[in-house]
Amino acid sequence: MERPERLIVDGRRLDGRRPDELRPLQIKAGVLKRADGSAYVELGKNKVLVAVYGPKEMHPRHLQQSDVAVLRCRYNMAPFSVEERKRPGPDRRSIEISKVVREALEPVLFLHLYPRAAIDVFIEILQADAGTRTTGITAAAVALADAGIPMRDLVAGISVGKADGTVLLDLMKEEDQWGEADMPIAVMPRRKLVTLLQMDGNFTPDEFRQALDLAFKGIERVYEAQKRALREKYVPASEEER
Amino acid sequence: MKEMVSSVKRDYIVNLASQGKRLDGRTLDQLREIEVRRGVIGTAQGSALVKLGNTQVMVGVKIEHGEPFPDTPTSGILVVNAELLPLASPLFEPGPPNEDAIELARVVDRTIRESQAIDLEKLCIKEGEDVWAVFIDIYVLDHDGNLIDSSVMASVAALHDIKPPKDPEWTLPTFPIRRKPVAVTVAKVNGVLMVDAGLEEENVMDARLTISTLEDGTICAMQKGGSGFLERREIEEAYELARKCGEEIRKKL
Repeated sequence: MERPERLIVDGRRLDGRRPDELRPLQIKAGVLKRADGSAYVELGKNKVLVAVYGPKEMHPRHLQQSDVAVLRCRYNMAPFSVEERKRPGPDRRSIEISKVVREALEPVLFLHLYPRAAIDVFIEILQADAGTRTTGITAAAVALADAGIPMRDLVAGISVGKADGTVLLDLMKEEDQWGEADMPIAVMPRRKLVTLLQMDGNFTPDEFRQALDLAFKGIERVYEAQKRALREKYVPASEEER
Repeated sequence: MKEMVSSVKRDYIVNLASQGKRLDGRTLDQLREIEVRRGVIGTAQGSALVKLGNTQVMVGVKIEHGEPFPDTPTSGILVVNAELLPLASPLFEPGPPNEDAIELARVVDRTIRESQAIDLEKLCIKEGEDVWAVFIDIYVLDHDGNLIDSSVMASVAALHDIKPPKDPEWTLPTFPIRRKPVAVTVAKVNGVLMVDAGLEEENVMDARLTISTLEDGTICAMQKGGSGFLERREIEEAYELARKCGEEIRKKL
């Protein structure tokens, strides 16, 4: 695919969004029968499915921690999730993402409540269009809540970045590929605490501040959608009206 | 991967930090002593050994022919690999790179790649067929904390040490390196920010944020690590520290 001459024309992006707009976001809690908790998220063309198992007995046992539960995360892209088939199995990118996703979720969990236990989070990217790790975190937080695991807060993720010199919320694939910067971020929304922050590209200090402003705005909307999804599953419609 | 820390040690480090002090007498914004030696390996095109306090990292750069990626047919290739050698720490084990080694290599890769320090377009030999591949191999020799910053220092120093390969197809007068990106990792220990955490400080930190900057203060890469969180004001404070300490480090490279 050729790079279009401009990624932003008259203040509008390739898909018609303004710089501070999210793609359409849909979240559903509790979509899998066997898992203890699950969630499905679509953000634009991204389709992400997450299952949570646990807290459960840790296998293999030598990985047990005597004082806390161990959170294990696996971020995995389906071979058919990208334009050219991705070789199945973990690669260096997915190993790094699994690590930062785990570190993004750990701050909301009370892991000391379940010594020797394991909590497994499986993030499957079924269709990818930039922002999969943050979409995975958004889904994982809902799935953890759906599993009934005590949490201090949810974790909401979004990416911000820069294309054609403009700071943008929620990059799509073309903006990620041809833009100048990409900054995925995850936040515990109630107290605005950042649990994941990565960036590559180039940001002046001023653009960085703008990007953070935009990210916190986006996080609010993601958080609302997460709460809506949990309410849809757990609050009966009759109670919702009151 | 963290070592076990006694609660006495943890409390001591936390208490010191809350008074703006540290185990080795440094201030919170003070780096350990930096020593950079270039050209330490004759068989590499470029090499450097960096000592950051007691942490030692060696980097060797090899340049070979490679096939370009289909989507960038005129661009040279950059490959960064990191080895956490078993001789560097009792916690490091032989075997394929674990997630810590992979994260380290990928953060160094992003810092160098996104800074555009290497002009990869100049490393094309024949479009779509033959380009120069630059292999950066990070060898951690002694782990006393802050492997990210020391690995970026050693990599950048080694890249600036490169002597062109003796190959008839190498036509450039020098290796096309033009910038000095620098990573500064800020550790958060019980709400207190400090630069260049030593191993014992790393073992008790809640979170860290690495910010890689260029000469003009532009940010080219970031990476948060650890199981804690950061407030926005801490992120902005970390940037100021990264800028200030980055300048100091750059003078040594």
